[in-house]
Amino acid sequence: MSHSNRERGILRYRWWTRLNHWTVAISFVLLVLSGLALFHPFFWSLTGLFGGPIMTRAWHPFIGVFMTLFFVLLAIPLFKDSLIKRYDIQWLKQINDVLSNRDERLPPVGKNNAGQKLVYWIMLGCVPILLVTGIIIWRPYFAEGMPIWLLRFSVMVHAYTAFLAIITLVIHIYSGIWVKGSIRAMVQGRVSKAWAKHHHSLWYDEVMKERKQQPAAKDDSSARPQ
Amino acid sequence: MRGDQINLQNIVARSATTEPSPQVRHGGVEEVTKLIDVSRCIGCKACQVACSEWNDLRDDVGECVGVYDNPMDLTPETWEVMRFNEYEDEQGNLEWLIRKDNCMHCEEPGCLEACPAPGAIVKYANGIVDFNSEHCIGCGYCVAGCPFDIPRISKKDEKAYKCTLCSDRVFHGLEPACVKSCPTGSIMFGTREDMHELAAARTDFLKGRGYEKAGIYDPAGVGGTHVIYVLQHADKPEIYGGLPEDPRISPMVDAWKGVTKPLMSAAIGLAALSGFFHYATKGPKEEPEDDPDEEKASEAREEDK
Ligand code: HEM
Ligand code: SF4
Repeated sequence: MSHSNRERGILRYRWWTRLNHWTVAISFVLLVLSGLALFHPFFWSLTGLFGGPIMTRAWHPFIGVFMTLFFVLLAIPLFKDSLIKRYDIQWLKQINDVLSNRDERLPPVGKNNAGQKLVYWIMLGCVPILLVTGIIIWRPYFAEGMPIWLLRFSVMVHAYTAFLAIITLVIHIYSGIWVKGSIRAMVQGRVSKAWAKHHHSLWYDEVMKERKQQPAAKDDSSARPQ
Repeated sequence: MRGDQINLQNIVARSATTEPSPQVRHGGVEEVTKLIDVSRCIGCKACQVACSEWNDLRDDVGECVGVYDNPMDLTPETWEVMRFNEYEDEQGNLEWLIRKDNCMHCEEPGCLEACPAPGAIVKYANGIVDFNSEHCIGCGYCVAGCPFDIPRISKKDEKAYKCTLCSDRVFHGLEPACVKSCPTGSIMFGTREDMHELAAARTDFLKGRGYEKAGIYDPAGVGGTHVIYVLQHADKPEIYGGLPEDPRISPMVDAWKGVTKPLMSAAIGLAALSGFFHYATKGPKEEPEDDPDEEKASEAREEDK
């Protein structure tokens, strides 16, 4: 029986982050669905979601460029909190405890745990690669002038990178479902104190310290929200 | 000769299709081949004109850049071009080598392997590789797949085009338009067997005339082609306007379209499924409760307001 939702809680993601995150998320899912349609005949029926195969192919790169713009806006403020720290390595070594929900054994972590940080870095690597290779093979606008070896190389790299990004996305989405309270954090912005203390205790301590120093401003400004 | 193919039971390979093609027909359809004897070509381009004529293509009038090649390259509306090359042989003689360049109708077509649209590229039992514009989505993957740089995507309709080997004519028992128009008998058409026989006879003849390296171009790297050449210098195909020496589907295309694709697709499904089973066995990380001490908890809530 959780009473957390009676609390106003700590602001974890400010509206700007939430808006960007969901813009990227929706575009990304559309990219996965439209990209997979061309990836293997098994997924061909996904073209039906986009108004047919020609529409699917035509829309995909435009959504890609749109997504990349918002991804940059999302990624820049997240940079500092995604740097890997020593306790992150320890956390990763105990991945079995993480997966088995033995959270009490885990080292305290900051605003983001090592899993979240890895998602950040993998996506930060994948998106530029997808953008560049995607533009190279983009018809009718760019591909016409490209040498054939470059087309071959780019479409191959695009497919493998997309695979990595899709697997990462699956894990990312599942984590949201698995760790209760995290979807609410990204939708509504706030987490309970108990949640913050349990999952990100170093961040929690930091927030509490700040609140003590300036008790008046215990709201949005103090919690170092992104 | 029975070269019929438009009948849908005669489609033996289909792009982006994992189900098998129709299987019951056996041996009734003979494989066809177009033989281009470069040694007999005079570069008149009658075949180029016949191709435009039959296929109802009118490419834009280009510019003369001072060579005979015209147009300079294949386009969506020019499915074959003559490539003119000046070659100085070992004796110091100038040879004018003229090669008719068009789709080779590969036995193992790279275009078909690369195509993501089911049925947009098909191969018929007689060996002709055809683009079905009905299903073409204009992605250009065939361009990346082809080892001969043949397909072109039209700016008008964003569909891929290339030589059909006049599949429509062949279906009605006619030879391709280019074959029909050739005044020197440089382009021949018939069963694969007959054409190989003819090519061998021509090769012998050329050898007798001093072209020791004369030979047949039917590259094994793509399983052989249904368009074959007789070359005076078969040891140096590149001198004929860049005919590749050992064409094969690029390793990059294989790496992109090979076994890794079904494996990656399965991995994506498995990842999602593992998530579900993890949830079903280990359960979620529930929201941690507020302080179990009622008083402290309400204090915390109070403070939080
Ligand atoms: C960032 C900008 C992106 C651009 C400009 C882009 C562009 C393209 C283009 C041009 C194609 C070829 C098909 C077509 O013409 O539509 C393609 C295919 C594809 N894209 Fe993207 N894309 C981008 C991002 C993504 C993302 C984020 C994903 C998924 C994670 C993705 C997954 C795929 C897949 C799976 C294919 C099919 C590859 C294949 O057939 O092997 N793309 N993309
Ligand atoms: S030459 Fe190119 S377009 Fe023609 S069948 Fe071979 S791969 Fe396809």
